[in-house]
Amino acid sequence: MAANFSNSLVRWIDHRLPVFSYLRHAAYDYPTPKNLNYWWNFGSLAGISLAIMIVSGIALAMNYTPHVNHAFDSVERIMRDVNYGWLIRYIHMNGASFFFIVVYIHIFRGVYFGSYKSPRELLWILGVIILLLMMATAFMGYVLPWGQMSFWGATVITNLFSAVPLIGESLVTWLWGGFSIDNPTLNRFFVLHYLFPFIIVSIVLLHIVALHRFGSNNPLGIDIKYPNDTIPFHPYYTIKDAYGLGVFLILFAGVVFFAPNFFGEPDNYIPSNPLSTPLHIVPEWYFLPFYAILRSIPDKLGGVISMFGSIVVLLLLPWLDRSPVRSGHFRGVFKIFFGILLIDIVALGYLGGKPSRGMYVIFSRLATAYYFAYFLVILPVLSKFDSSRLLPKSISTPMPEVNGIE
Amino acid sequence: MNNKNTSRRDFLITTTNAFGIVGVACFAWPFIDQMNPAADMLALAKVDCDLSKITAGQSATLIWRGKPIFVRHRTAQEIEKANLVKLADLPDPEDDSSRAQRPEYLIVVGICTHLGCVPLGQNPNEPKGEYEGWFCPCHGSQYDTSGRIRKGPAPTNLPVPKYRYVSDTVVRIG
Repeated sequence: MAANFSNSLVRWIDHRLPVFSYLRHAAYDYPTPKNLNYWWNFGSLAGISLAIMIVSGIALAMNYTPHVNHAFDSVERIMRDVNYGWLIRYIHMNGASFFFIVVYIHIFRGVYFGSYKSPRELLWILGVIILLLMMATAFMGYVLPWGQMSFWGATVITNLFSAVPLIGESLVTWLWGGFSIDNPTLNRFFVLHYLFPFIIVSIVLLHIVALHRFGSNNPLGIDIKYPNDTIPFHPYYTIKDAYGLGVFLILFAGVVFFAPNFFGEPDNYIPSNPLSTPLHIVPEWYFLPFYAILRSIPDKLGGVISMFGSIVVLLLLPWLDRSPVRSGHFRGVFKIFFGILLIDIVALGYLGGKPSRGMYVIFSRLATAYYFAYFLVILPVLSKFDSSRLLPKSISTPMPEVNGIE
Repeated sequence: MNNKNTSRRDFLITTTNAFGIVGVACFAWPFIDQMNPAADMLALAKVDCDLSKITAGQSATLIWRGKPIFVRHRTAQEIEKANLVKLADLPDPEDDSSRAQRPEYLIVVGICTHLGCVPLGQNPNEPKGEYEGWFCPCHGSQYDTSGRIRKGPAPTNLPVPKYRYVSDTVVRIG
């Protein structure tokens, strides 16, 4: 693949170190299905969100002190004294929320259009691993300001591991580096919070390598057959991604400048107090569905297993859904259950933020049951019985008789 | 593609790129500026010194913006010595009278202008160098009783910070 660059310096470097060939292949010539809709914008948005988080996070780390006596004050100093510290912190705080919004949309785009199916199983699994790392990173980042929610959130989440039979207690002591959440805990959480994003970057690179092996899935869920099924990534999708980025940044800036504490908890502006738990502790919104699943099971170990299980089922998704048809467009019954799943997850999110009593508990249990039923019962059964409609012959051959292609 | 379309597209690409570059620059500025001194650091920019506690021949060292400030209550001989030097003999010619608002108190930033070490000479048991001022142990720069460089690799005199007398005995630096 002899790259032909007009600039002679670029040519000289590329001959010895083919970075420019690689970039041209990955972000310029990369043949992309020509029928991608706006749901395909969220992958690049997730990458950009990761970059925003790393840049703002490095700036914050330059001004933050990971010590129980200074952490809260150093964050307040960032807010009041450091030049543009308030802006950088609000970007980082809300960037986490927007990162999760983007990634959740990206995931459910994949669930609907069957992007996890053969031959993209590893691409999907790498994505779930990124999600797990993101959750760990977000959780540890939330501990760093050392407010009341930080401290008690850390207490509750680390205590999840005490449910592990036999070694539970010593595992938690090991996580804490002591007998309660204290300075060693804060210190290691800071280090890991700084480290994990770079591990995420490396897995994102693998995610992209796996993506480019077979190319992007598309709304029809059928393979690329002819060269005219695809268009080059640049300029067609660079400009489409740039447009989506513009919309994203308008919304992001709107929250950062006009409602920076919209996603936050006021209790986290109270310095942590190991002797007093806030009356109503809730995790950040992006953990609420999982928190609802945890609380819906009236057994400590069972709750923890269910919560982690809700992500493990995502890892198994390529083998739970055996339907040969990728795209939900062509699966009538699937669409109904998928719609219910979306409502179910939003409901779990709502219930996770409510107190654990009365009707809330009953609805949480119903919603949890549906969540697992969807993956473990409905999808495997649907794979056998869902009569799919005729698929188009190729991306470029429209089939007017097939409804559902908009 | 005709000529008209080409120029229209070129215009759009150029405007898009220009806006992108301006946008990235605006985004970058807060991240650069956060490394500049913060408001709490700038608020430490003034420090007062009570001169009545320093007798003639004594020196005091203050900290201003994290730097040592040398305050020396000079004796009559020291002032005379500083005034007798010919300007032509100085690597960085400066009149002693322009370096001290009141000749008996010399106030300079105690950082060698070579590479930032703190010169010796504040304590009576430290070497003051050949010119009775300060001696930098790092690379051997020697300063006179007016804090001017006389010998060694340092290029300029010890700088005089901004200061004013707020009363007869109190000086405010910064």
